[in-house]
Amino acid sequence: MNDTMSRYRTMTGHRLFWPAAVLVVMLVANTIYRPGFLSIELKDGHLYGTPIDILRLSAPLILVALGMTLVISTGGIDLSVGSLCAISGAIACMYISKQPDQNSLAVVLTALAMALGVALVLGAWNGVLVAVIGIQPIIATLILMVAGRGLAQLITQGQIITINSEPFRAIGLGHLLTLPLAIFIALAAALLVAAFTRRTALGMIVESVGGNAVASRLAGIRSGRVIFLAYVLSAVCAAVAGFMMTANVSSADGNAVGLWVELDAILAVVIGGTSLAGGRFFLSGTILGALIIQTLTTTVYAMNISPQTSLLFKAVVVIAVCLIQAPAFRARFTRRRGSVPPSSAIADKPKEQVPA
Amino acid sequence: MTDNRPVVTMTGISKSFLGVRALHDVNFRLFPGEVHALMGENGAGKSTLIKVLTGVYDTDEGAITLDGQPVSFTGPMQATAAGVSTVFQEVNLCTNLSVAENIFIGREPRRLGAVRWGEVRRRARTLLARLDLDLDVSAPLGSYSLAIQQMVAIARAIDIQARVLILDEPTSSLDAVEVAQLFRIMRQLRDEGIAILFVTHFLDQVYEIADRITVLRNGGLVGEYATAELPQLSLVEKMIGKELDVLEGIEERSRRNLAVLEEGTPLVAVSDFGRAGSVEPFSLTIHAGEVVGLAGLLGSGRTEVARLLFGADRTDGGQVAVDGTPSSLRTPAQAIGHGVGFCSENRRAEGIVADLSVRENMILAMQAARGWLRPIPRRRQDELVDKYIKALNIRPSDPEVPVRNLSGGNQQKVLLARWLITEPRLLILDEPTRGIDIGAKTEIQKLVTQLSDGGMAVLFISAELEEVLRLSHKVAVMRDRQMVAQLANDDGLDADRVMQTIASGSHREEADR
Amino acid sequence: MTTGSLTAGRARFRLPRRQIPVLATLVLLLVMYGIGVSQYQAFSNVQVIFNVFIDNGFLLVVAVGMTFVILTGGIDLSVGSVVAMTAMVSASLLQQGLPAALVLVIALLIGPTLGLLMGCAIHFFEIQPFIVTLAGMFFARGMCTFISGSSIPITDGFWTRMSQERIGDPRGNFVSISVLVAFVVVAVAAYTLAYTRLGRNVYAIGGNPQSALLMGLPLGRTRIAVYTISGLCSAIGGILLSFYTLSGAPLIAVGMELDVIAAVVIGGTVLTGGSGYVFGTVLGVLVLGVIQTLITFDGSLNSWWTKIVIGGLLFAFILLQRLIGIRYK
Ligand SMILES: Nc1ncnc2c1ncn2[C@@H]1O[C@H](COP(=O)(O)OP(=O)(O)OP(=O)(O)O)[C@@H](O)[C@H]1O
Ligand SMILES: [Mg+2]
Repeated sequence: MNDTMSRYRTMTGHRLFWPAAVLVVMLVANTIYRPGFLSIELKDGHLYGTPIDILRLSAPLILVALGMTLVISTGGIDLSVGSLCAISGAIACMYISKQPDQNSLAVVLTALAMALGVALVLGAWNGVLVAVIGIQPIIATLILMVAGRGLAQLITQGQIITINSEPFRAIGLGHLLTLPLAIFIALAAALLVAAFTRRTALGMIVESVGGNAVASRLAGIRSGRVIFLAYVLSAVCAAVAGFMMTANVSSADGNAVGLWVELDAILAVVIGGTSLAGGRFFLSGTILGALIIQTLTTTVYAMNISPQTSLLFKAVVVIAVCLIQAPAFRARFTRRRGSVPPSSAIADKPKEQVPA
Repeated sequence: MTDNRPVVTMTGISKSFLGVRALHDVNFRLFPGEVHALMGENGAGKSTLIKVLTGVYDTDEGAITLDGQPVSFTGPMQATAAGVSTVFQEVNLCTNLSVAENIFIGREPRRLGAVRWGEVRRRARTLLARLDLDLDVSAPLGSYSLAIQQMVAIARAIDIQARVLILDEPTSSLDAVEVAQLFRIMRQLRDEGIAILFVTHFLDQVYEIADRITVLRNGGLVGEYATAELPQLSLVEKMIGKELDVLEGIEERSRRNLAVLEEGTPLVAVSDFGRAGSVEPFSLTIHAGEVVGLAGLLGSGRTEVARLLFGADRTDGGQVAVDGTPSSLRTPAQAIGHGVGFCSENRRAEGIVADLSVRENMILAMQAARGWLRPIPRRRQDELVDKYIKALNIRPSDPEVPVRNLSGGNQQKVLLARWLITEPRLLILDEPTRGIDIGAKTEIQKLVTQLSDGGMAVLFISAELEEVLRLSHKVAVMRDRQMVAQLANDDGLDADRVMQTIASGSHREEADR
Repeated sequence: MTTGSLTAGRARFRLPRRQIPVLATLVLLLVMYGIGVSQYQAFSNVQVIFNVFIDNGFLLVVAVGMTFVILTGGIDLSVGSVVAMTAMVSASLLQQGLPAALVLVIALLIGPTLGLLMGCAIHFFEIQPFIVTLAGMFFARGMCTFISGSSIPITDGFWTRMSQERIGDPRGNFVSISVLVAFVVVAVAAYTLAYTRLGRNVYAIGGNPQSALLMGLPLGRTRIAVYTISGLCSAIGGILLSFYTLSGAPLIAVGMELDVIAAVVIGGTVLTGGSGYVFGTVLGVLVLGVIQTLITFDGSLNSWWTKIVIGGLLFAFILLQRLIGIRYK
């Protein structure tokens, strides 16, 4: 009795429990509403079905959110990821569309390399603004968020560039071992980022910088480099996501690709348990968060709600997810009176005061 | 003075944090017109008891009465309104606001709802004058040192017309003069019938001011005693829980000859280091195995000297030689590269990373020096961390708890361990024994002696002159942001002479002659 | 300051540190205006400045509310959507024939109510402001389309009068009602922040929330208050916008929250809270307004170059502001 009780406690106390529970509840609700929801079938050696779709469609968001996790962990934020998706997609499509043989693998690889190169430069730009010049991250990345949309449209000259390239299309719609390739790309990126941060000391150093920048400096950490790296990584992740988004529709629209993805990515990071104030980050939580958001979107589409009104629905779910995750909220129901030490909510870290 | 009824009673108080028992069945009484010392080792539960009383934490069990009425405050706001005024352990003020505002915020004099700023400043000046402080009250609080911030916090607390005044380690960052000033005011308040709860790790202070003592150990109550009836030694035994000989303290420092030490090239030699508005240019040489003490009053520039040597602030000019070769100390990373370590006095803002675990906080500096590409193997981490948790007796001893959950003194030990792990050649310790219980304090003092015997140079900064004198081979004296003297710590040097130098400034003395 | 001996002035005169960002913004704004005047003749017309205020009156009001929130160290992403929702609700209620006064009251209540709810969620359940107000943003935007999928024109007499009223010389230099409203809001906000307990608590909480709590300040009440204030400002902004456009449109003011945040931060308020002024926010809004005006005066830019130039100007501005800030520290 007591034992099961305590086991229940440790389980619900795990930080991934509540996001996972929400995801399960959403899947169950969907299945009740539409019994065929969870069914998967094998056609032409490929697996099809709504769950697979959710995984495939969430791949770009997972990618963007992975980079965002690191940036947020340093105590920053990256609003420019949506524009970066658009730019990288536009460059790749533009280059491919200009080539005589769009199906050549070499052409596609060159296109990807070019777009990644530009993304690196733009990520470095963000990094320099934040880490070297010391501009507040939200404003520093807002510059590229605004100007980046313009750049993307400049590249496509305001047109929607349509291409017809099998290798490129595969990034979004291809298959590997019966599963969509996009899933593998996202998975690989996740493993790579995880290895990059947790197999080295980068993760801890990022968390330290985000947790207390002054103390980190006095411990000898060169925080500038770490922050710079986070923005560059975020840009690269966004670029790959941009490839997927454009590959899904085989066209690049500078105005629409990756629109508002930054908000979804931030949401995914927070649902996953990383605090916007910086400090500890949780990659697995971020991935769960992205899956929750994609499941929600898919559900809403399946229910034929108009996309704008569906925002109402999204608002409700976001609040619900955050509420059950909030310790203060649960405490109200599990105990007679919420007794949460204030330190848990308020980061008592010193603040650096920096204009703009 | 204990013949009347208590203002505050706490009975059967228990409090746990996620399974960690911080208080267990503690009783406590506070009478009007007494100064009551709450004693215990680091992590004994003193601050927790205070936070329970003021409503920062809820109790798990137990009852609190104020003037015989049961109370259960929801927070400091209610407690203050009921006449319980508190200075919490870490300075809890807003550094972005002005000094005057920090004293009066929440109860500013107003006319028709509008704050009367002129009145606020005037009253702040009067109040600070009572504490012998002459500050620019409209300057942001953050521009003053931690010690002055501490005084401002005290000023705020005593200005609230309270019946109960709680001071959690108010003296840890104050020097002797300030402490005397504070005690004068405490006595005055006591005579007005105010009940004062006072926490400190300085036994002398307890015996100087406290009427009664309550001792806590490991979250439990040991007992309540009249100060006069409790000899110092048994107080310590009650706090530690066993008869210990730590009090014997460290053996007389091996008074190795300074002249012998100072043969050969100095480890670090700086000349004309200084920074406008912070410290006047100074020169200092530190040899391997030498302990240099830095003495001076609050705000005399002790911390600023340390920060320049560590590259935390940049010097305006001057030269530095490490091992005789010209080098530069412009960033902390550079200084660490030369084998310098710096334990800041402001552990919350500049020391711990609250989110990270004890283990991560400890290895942070070493990891930073190795660069992120070469993580310290986990086995090695555990070895190092275990070693220092044992050596410094850090509690709780679980290396994976977030450091924010440790008591103030234990956080300080974690910081110390962070630097010891890097095996620096010069370790700068700014108030390392602040807020640390006597057991640990003697441990740290012993450690400093050991380290210097092993060849490490130490720059030791402390407001306690005795401590500085006991440990160092050479004492540099700061006064008004100037290094006015460097005195060899031979038999001729004692606290009085250092005080004299601080008071008069030997520079001037010599110039006059 | 002193007109006396130069050396004495240099020795002791120091710019007050907290005002530096605001002063830097002011200087740069003047420089930018100067560039405009030197490039385009019509720019020197005083009406150009008045027009900046007329076009951005609603933005200014909303930015004032945001200043409160950011000063506590929070953020409010819902403002753009609340502005749109207020305009939509007004338009739709007027269309149904409700009297203008009643519509005004209802419209002015919706924003603060949503703000209050968001503030409560932030305080009591300790959810991050970014997320709560993001949900608020989704909610309000969803409500817009829920009310109507397309734009609703306003023909009400009061609204049209407000829209057309010109104060000053109607053929010479004039401002609209919304400019006056905006100025009143700015004045009230500046007074509140500088002279009332609420205002001072806002700064204290932004400086260090945990300390503020331990100092016995009403943390929760203040937090909830700032989100309510921001909601109220957004509601007023929504009404002003509906005066300006004489319609309610479901997709108006999309992304406005970013303009607002940018204006506040450019005005020298620090995003982590605790430092900044309403006057700075006014300057920040002017900076955005003047950038817009410069681009309209140029007239040759197509839509993507506009975005790039806005980004570029924003960058140049922030960079200079930062450099001046460092220079004087
Ligand atoms: N917020 C918290 N969460 C978890 N554990 C806590 C928290 N605050 C205190 N503790 C634990 O409770 C115990 C008592 O801590 P407390 O701060 O009361 O000690 P203290 O007697 O004031 O010590 P010191 O002299 O070092 O200040 C410690 O073991 C500490 O680790
Ligand atoms: Mg304590």
